Amino acid sequence: MTRSISVNGAAHPLPNDPRVSLLDFLRDGLRLTGTKKGCDHGQCGACTVIVNGIRINSCLTLAAMHEDDEVTTIEGLGTPDAPSPLQQAFLEHDGFQCGYCTPGQICSATALLDEIASNWPSDASGDLVGTLTLSDEEIRERMSGNLCRCGAYANIVAAIRDVAEQRT
Amino acid sequence: MRAFDYIRPVSLEEAGRRLAETSAKAIAGGTNLLDLMKLQVETPSAVCDISRLDLATIADTPDGGLFIGALVTNTQTAVHQRVRKDYPLLARAILAGATQQLRNKATTGGNLCQRTRCFYFTNADQPCNKRDPGSGCGAIGGIAKLHAVLGTSEHCIATYPGDMAVAMTALGGVVEIVGADGHARSVPVADFHCLPGDTPWRENVLEEGDIITAVTLPAPVGGLQTYRKVRERSSYAFALVSVAAIVAMDDQGKIARADLAFGGLAHKPWHDPRIGDLLVGEAPSAALFDKAADLLLETAQGYGENDFKIPLARRTLRAVLEEVTGASS
Ligand SMILES: Cc1cc2nc3c(=O)[nH]c(=O)nc-3n(C[C@H](O)[C@H](O)[C@H](O)COP(=O)(O)OP(=O)(O)OC[C@H]3O[C@@H](n4cnc5c(N)ncnc54)[C@H](O)[C@@H]3O)c2cc1C
Ligand code: SF4
Ligand code: FES
Ligand code: FES
Repeated sequence: MTRSISVNGAAHPLPNDPRVSLLDFLRDGLRLTGTKKGCDHGQCGACTVIVNGIRINSCLTLAAMHEDDEVTTIEGLGTPDAPSPLQQAFLEHDGFQCGYCTPGQICSATALLDEIASNWPSDASGDLVGTLTLSDEEIRERMSGNLCRCGAYANIVAAIRDVAEQRT
Repeated sequence: MRAFDYIRPVSLEEAGRRLAETSAKAIAGGTNLLDLMKLQVETPSAVCDISRLDLATIADTPDGGLFIGALVTNTQTAVHQRVRKDYPLLARAILAGATQQLRNKATTGGNLCQRTRCFYFTNADQPCNKRDPGSGCGAIGGIAKLHAVLGTSEHCIATYPGDMAVAMTALGGVVEIVGADGHARSVPVADFHCLPGDTPWRENVLEEGDIITAVTLPAPVGGLQTYRKVRERSSYAFALVSVAAIVAMDDQGKIARADLAFGGLAHKPWHDPRIGDLLVGEAPSAALFDKAADLLLETAQGYGENDFKIPLARRTLRAVLEEVTGASS
């Protein structure tokens, strides 16, 4: 029986070598090179993907540990012809320069919007039990796991704020 | 990464047996173990994937406390309604650590067992008694900004880097452990981690084959809770010094209860019950808070780069006590 993993809705057999990280499996195994490798140590967020609805660093997890999990990568969020609202907003707000961190930023921000909808607090939330309001400070804290060497932060925050406001 | 076997036990019993009979390491979220395996600091012959065992529940205990399973993620704990309402200190400590992506994977058990961030420990070509017993301690006389000022030894001055366990220590949490023989035991979080002494490689009380199954918190005690983490940038950095505090005042304006724990100062969340004893029954004042800091730092010793932690701990403790007692100075 082959063990499999679902990526962007399609099932794939898991690699045989247990050393393969989820990140290397996506990039080298499936040739889904949108997901980027920055540090390979959980520090930069370039490798962020969404697994079963939750954002994680794909560099710090083994592909073998994800049998039957549902993974969404940047390729699964939208296409050049039909971009997701956040992909479109990153274009409109110039939310990048070189673009290397961008797939991770967008996957992270996609999950962030769901976390806000679930009223999950962050370190920037003044109140742990009330209803959240999504200030720029909240967006910055929640995106702190995604570094951008080009420093496009201001426009990244603007893109996320834009989509968050459309949602409410 | 060195080659290893991947084992996925179907039960706690099987996991304990596999861990005891091979030089396997348990893997839960993987965010610390895999990081260190890539650096060849950890080189297990097998990883034992416990992530699908039935240890992911969070539930009320009969005495009004809270049971947090070993595989509950840090995010699940921090967003849990009862944690936000009754143990805000714990939610705050978790939210002040790492990033959303990491907290989504990090587990209760893995967070307790996370290893030090000492630069010499994580660089396999550097001397380090913790990683390579007898090779010396590079940090003594070297890069030691993150290092301990309390409870150090001539063999190791590393810190336990986590936040969650500092809050759990102040809250009086208890680690639930099952041994390879199926025997269960309970260890207060305050006694779970060890001081380095002359066995710096031993970081906690776990024996081969032991698996953490949960942390239980006692019923909430009331009073104000706070977690103050001082770090080099305001997000996404390990603590230089942190203070977890639960303080209640009586109706005469005196301190009725004070449970404190400290991060960033030692090889374990630092807990000194004498500080609570000193504070209880007294009216808050700057002089009292200074005496509390004197007790905390009685045996403190700096190692050059980390000398700043001693005055920083004093000022952070004072600021926290001012906040939770309502005393201004
Ligand atoms: C960039 C970065 C920044 C970080 N910042 C912070 C921070 O500011 N504050 C903070 O507190 N932490 C921080 N962390 C650390 C993070 O919290 C830990 O990596 C995480 O909590 C480990 O949990 P895990 O489940 O992924 O552990 P794993 O990597 O799966 O395991 C870690 C260790 O615990 C053992 N283990 C796991 N579960 C059990 C169990 N049930 N029983 C027995 N042994 C077990 C494993 O064998 C292993 O030795 C940071 C990490 C990174 C990479
Ligand atoms: S402080 Fe401890 S962990 Fe760091 S080099 Fe010295 S022995 Fe190793
Ligand atoms: S590549 Fe995974 S966090 Fe940097
Ligand atoms: S756009 Fe270049 S790293 Fe972010």
